[in-house]
Amino acid sequence: MVENDTLALQTNNVYVHYGSKMAINNVAVDFHKNQVTSLIGPSGCGKSTFLRCLNRMNDVIDICKVQGEFHLNGIDIYGPEIQVENLRKQVGMVFQKPNPFPKTIYENVAYGPKIHGLASTKSELDDIVKDTLNRAGLYTEVKDRLDDIATGLSGGQQQRLCIARAIAIKPEIILMDEPCSALDPIATAVIEELINELKENYTIVIVTHSMQQAARISDKTAYFHLGEMIEFGITSNIFTNPNHEMTEAYISGRIG
Amino acid sequence: MTDLSKRLASEKRFKYFAMFAMCLSLFFVVILMLKIFTTGSGAFIRTTIEASVYFDPSAIEVTNESSVKAINKASYVNLADQIVKDNHPNLSDEKFILVREMYTRKFDFQLRDYIASNPNIIGKTVTMEITASSDLDQIVKGNYPRDVPEAQRKINDYQLSVLDSLDADGKISSTFNLWFFTNGDSRDPETAGILGALMGSFYALLICFSFAFPVGLLASIYLEEFVRPGKLTDFIEVNINNLAAVPSIVYGLLGLGMLIGVFGMPYQVPLVGGLVLGFMTLPTIIIASRASLRGVPPSIREGALAVGATKTQTVFHHVIPLSLPGSLTGTIIGMAQALGETAPLLMVGMVAFVMDIPGGALDPATGLPSQIYLWSESAERGFLEKTSAGIMLLLGFLIIMNTIAVIIRRKLEVKW
Repeated sequence: MVENDTLALQTNNVYVHYGSKMAINNVAVDFHKNQVTSLIGPSGCGKSTFLRCLNRMNDVIDICKVQGEFHLNGIDIYGPEIQVENLRKQVGMVFQKPNPFPKTIYENVAYGPKIHGLASTKSELDDIVKDTLNRAGLYTEVKDRLDDIATGLSGGQQQRLCIARAIAIKPEIILMDEPCSALDPIATAVIEELINELKENYTIVIVTHSMQQAARISDKTAYFHLGEMIEFGITSNIFTNPNHEMTEAYISGRIG
Repeated sequence: MTDLSKRLASEKRFKYFAMFAMCLSLFFVVILMLKIFTTGSGAFIRTTIEASVYFDPSAIEVTNESSVKAINKASYVNLADQIVKDNHPNLSDEKFILVREMYTRKFDFQLRDYIASNPNIIGKTVTMEITASSDLDQIVKGNYPRDVPEAQRKINDYQLSVLDSLDADGKISSTFNLWFFTNGDSRDPETAGILGALMGSFYALLICFSFAFPVGLLASIYLEEFVRPGKLTDFIEVNINNLAAVPSIVYGLLGLGMLIGVFGMPYQVPLVGGLVLGFMTLPTIIIASRASLRGVPPSIREGALAVGATKTQTVFHHVIPLSLPGSLTGTIIGMAQALGETAPLLMVGMVAFVMDIPGGALDPATGLPSQIYLWSESAERGFLEKTSAGIMLLLGFLIIMNTIAVIIRRKLEVKW
C-alpha cells in the first residue's frame, strides 16, 4: 500500500440517517494529500451531507446520526478524545453562499487565528492576515480597505475572503460545498484558479453541481446517487470511460 | 367589461372606507390631545401676587448668622401672617383670614427658601412675587366663573374685590410654574410637582431594566441557541407567550405576595415596583430577543463553527452583536409599556401621598401613572390641570422611548 503515505483522510462504511431516513448508505472514499477530490451527483444524493461529516458540521443537526470510520492521519475523528473545535481547525470549510462575518475584512481573516491563539502580538496577527489574503489572491484588491465591512465586497471577493478565513488557521484539508454556485463565470474562474494553487499546500474536497468544473479542477471524482457512492476514481477516467452505466447517464446528461 | 367596472367601483369604495376609518381614529387622537393640552397647559403657569416683604427680626426665629440647617428647621408661619397684614393694612381678624387664604398656604416655605438662599436678608425689605392660592389662580386663569352666586364660589365677594384692587395696582402677574418640575407632591395644587413621581418611575425603570434585560437576553439565548427543541421548549414557549398577555395587575399581586409577603421587601419602594415591572416586561424581552436571534442567518453561525469557534464563542462573538439591536428595541418598547402601567404599582403601594423626592430605589415613592391617578381623584380644579400636565409628560416620555427604539433599529441593524 504505497498510497497510504499520501492518504489524508480515509472513510469507510459510512452511514448517515436523518431520523429514520437514510441519507448516506455505505460510502467509502479515500482522500489523498494535495489532491482535489470532487463529489458530484444529482440534488439530494447526499454529497453535501457526506462532506459535512468530514468536519462534523452535522453535529449541530440533532436528528442526524453518523456512523462509520473516518480517519484523519490515522486518528478517528469521531473518537471520544477528539475535540470538535480542534478537528475543525484541521479541516476547514467553505460554504455554498459566501458567508463572511458582517465585520471588517481584517477581522474576518483574523478571527480564526485569534480564537486558536495562533498569534501572540498584533504584528504577528497582521502578518497572518496579510499572508493569508495574499494566498487567497485577495490582498492587492483589498489592502487599502482592510477596515471596511466585508459584506461590501463583491460575491466572488466575499467567497475568496471565506477561503482566506478557512486557510488562516492553517488546516490540512479544506472542504468546499459548491463554492461557486452563487457566483458568475468570471468569479468562478478566479476561484478555480485559486483552488489549483491551494492544492500545493492543502487537500481539497469539493462538492459541485457542475460536471465541467469537476472535470477541470479535480484529480479524483466520486459520483453519488441516492445516498450511495456509485463510482470513485481518477477524474479523467470517470468522465471519459465510466465503469458504471449510471455514471455515464449522469455525465452525459440523461439523469440529474 | 361590466365585471371590471364593478370591481373597480368596489375597490374605490374600499379605499374610501379605509380612509374614513383612518380619519375617524385621527379625529379621536386629535380630540384627546386637544383636551389634554387645553386642560393641562394651565399647570405650567402660576399666578403670583407682588408684595413688599420685610424680614422682621422679631418675627423670625433665626438670625443672619444661623446655619442653613437651623434656617430650614425654623418656622416662618408668623412672618408670613405679618407680611400679609403689612401689605393689607387695617384688616379685621375675620377679613385677615380671608385675605390670607388668597396666598398659598406654603407661603412660609417660600420665605424659608428665600432666606436660605439670600444670606443677610433678615432686617431688610424686598419685593417678592408671592404665589397665589390655587383657588385664586383658577379665578385669574378664568377656569372658575366669577358670575355665579357667591355660595357656589370658592372665592367670596370680599376676596374678589381684594383681587380686583390688587389687579388694578398691577400686582397680579403670571409666571412659568417651575415648581411643577422641581417639587414633590403636595396637598395644595399650587405647590404640587411631578418630580417625585418622575424620580420614582426613573428608579423603578432602572431596576426593571437591570433585572429584565440581562435575564431576558440570557433566557432567550439559552432557548434559541443551546437547548434542543422539543416538548419542553414548546411548553416554555407557550407559557412565555401567555405570560406576555397576563393582565398587569396579576404581576402586581405576584409582587405583593412574593416580594413583599415572602421575601419581606419594603412596601411603596421603586425597588419592588421595578422588579414587578421587570416580571411584566420579561416575556416581551424574551419574545423580541428570540425573534431577533432567529433573524441572524444560520450561515453566520456555520461560518464561525467551521473555523473552530465553540458554541459560546459563536453566540457571543457573532450572533449577539447582530441580534442586540432587536433585543434592545424590544426592551425599550417593553419598558415604555412598563412606564405607563398603573396597576402593578397600586398593588405594591407606589400610589401613596409622598411629598419627598425619592433619592434612591429604597425610598418611598410613587410613579408617574400612579401620581396621575392620585391627582385625577382630587376634587380641586388645580389638580385637574396637574393631571393633564402629568399625562402630557408621560406621553412625552413614551414618544421619546419609542423614538429611541426606532432609531436603534434603523441605525444599528446590520444589513447584508
